Amino acid sequence: MIELEGLTKRYGEKLAVDHLTFTVRPGVVTGFLGPNGAGKSTTMRMMLGLDRPTEGHVRIDGQRYEDLTDPLKYIGALLDAKAMHGGRSAHNHLLCLAQSNGIPASRVREVLDTVGLTSVARKKAKGFSLGMGQRLGIAGALLGDPRILMFDEPVNGLDPEGIHWIRTLMKSLASQGRTVFVSSHLMSEMALTADHLVVIGQGRLLADTTMADFIARNSRAFVRVRSPQYEQLRDALHQAGITVVEAGGGALEVDGDMAEPIGELAARHHLVLHELSPRQASLEEAFMRLTAESVEYHAHSGPAPDREWRGDLEHGKKVG
Amino acid sequence: MAASQVIRSEWTKIRSVASTVWTLSLAVVVTVALGMLISALSRHEFGDLSRSDRATFDPTFVSFAGMTLGQLAMIVFGVLVVSNEYSTGMIRTSLAAVPRRATFLFSKIGVATALALLVGMVTSFLAFFLGQVMLGPHRTSLGEPGVLRAVFGGGLYMTLIAMFSMGVAAMLRSPMLSLGILMPFFFLISNILGNVSVTKKVGQFLPDQAGSRIMQVVPRLDDDTPYGPWGGLGIMLLWVVAALVGGYAVLRRRDA
Repeated sequence: MIELEGLTKRYGEKLAVDHLTFTVRPGVVTGFLGPNGAGKSTTMRMMLGLDRPTEGHVRIDGQRYEDLTDPLKYIGALLDAKAMHGGRSAHNHLLCLAQSNGIPASRVREVLDTVGLTSVARKKAKGFSLGMGQRLGIAGALLGDPRILMFDEPVNGLDPEGIHWIRTLMKSLASQGRTVFVSSHLMSEMALTADHLVVIGQGRLLADTTMADFIARNSRAFVRVRSPQYEQLRDALHQAGITVVEAGGGALEVDGDMAEPIGELAARHHLVLHELSPRQASLEEAFMRLTAESVEYHAHSGPAPDREWRGDLEHGKKVG
Repeated sequence: MAASQVIRSEWTKIRSVASTVWTLSLAVVVTVALGMLISALSRHEFGDLSRSDRATFDPTFVSFAGMTLGQLAMIVFGVLVVSNEYSTGMIRTSLAAVPRRATFLFSKIGVATALALLVGMVTSFLAFFLGQVMLGPHRTSLGEPGVLRAVFGGGLYMTLIAMFSMGVAAMLRSPMLSLGILMPFFFLISNILGNVSVTKKVGQFLPDQAGSRIMQVVPRLDDDTPYGPWGGLGIMLLWVVAALVGGYAVLRRRDA
């Protein structure tokens, strides 16, 4: 379990991380989502005691990071694939990490095997592709068999097979009851892996919710309907008390799961339909809408998705 | 977290990169070879020396003549050991594994110092013995007064130069910046400041000027240095302590 309380990082005038308070719980994959520059990496570095918070604190299983005895046994992190000496072999890179935390050398071979780098264990890391570097970083995170794992943009630079591998790995780690915290700037990626979602923009918390809840709130269901008798159809829907939005291209949109009543209504009025399709707004759109609000010079691009969040969003706007 | 674990880890780090081997072997080879060359030349030229120069001829010090160049390799070793962590990004991985920054820094410096001391002593004794061989009839021996102290001191001098560089690198973080300051300083600037009469009063307290006093056995004629061999090494040690304290202060305070 990771607890953040009022975590703040200020660089001069700029607030990179602004009073973040949330908890990352065990047993699920928690996605940490935000556009580039939202403060995700800064937050993660503060969680690992690398950067000093201006205010607030982080607790790892109730302890400060600096106070952990052999921290790699509590929390393993992949920050960026290049955080290693390129002249050192994969095996020696992991060995020096293992020794610093009293982890037996046999564990190095195990994690190399887990990430599939056994055959290049004696090769220098500078010859590795981005994907291999990423795997070596993940091996380092797994080294101490920690209860908490943290990955910063782990699928960056991975090929489709590698992406599939890391998704499966994260899910299996969470199913073993571990705390898994993973950042991304892609909603589509989170939708596939995360059970819980923490969204930030400009360093502020925008949402802290379960993935299912986020989908339910944001994936607006609507029906798209087209007819050569456009005006008659629109009037008929109006008369039936159904709110219609003109979607352009000769199409009408009706909120909600309304395909059946609309079809029946059209039949009653003897109207020809060329299209009657139930649709869902994409999560990516919902995420963009949510975070666009926190970007200072961004044009207003539609109503905020939820009143509860709007309060946060308006706060976010004040931030320089 | 036991310091012994971190020391083992730092030993693995230092022995698993190529720069350790090439900087330290360069320090040995350059110091010894150049010392031998200058010793051989001195033997050849001895007949042309003035009477006063013959009186103050210091065969021990002559055999250490390669150290002006060899110490540069020690500086590169000291700088790279520390600043490699920053230039590669390894520092974030290292500090996540060892969040106690004093334990991290002083284990690293401790391991590198032990290695520098070993190599420094080997270099100093080799430079002395092979230099004396080259000097032929003008040679001295370890049994003469002050000679053992000078040879032992030569090893300590090289170790302290490496430690000073580690401290500076911990403050500056960038290998290029650290080398760009330390190399010209120790190769040129310090020598000028320590030998030009106007600046000598201050220049003689610079780390290498003070520290190298320990390698002299025969004092110069007009020697008015206000410190002796061990006093000079003590001054150098103070510089080293200051650099290490500064390096730790920077590491403790700043974000990784």
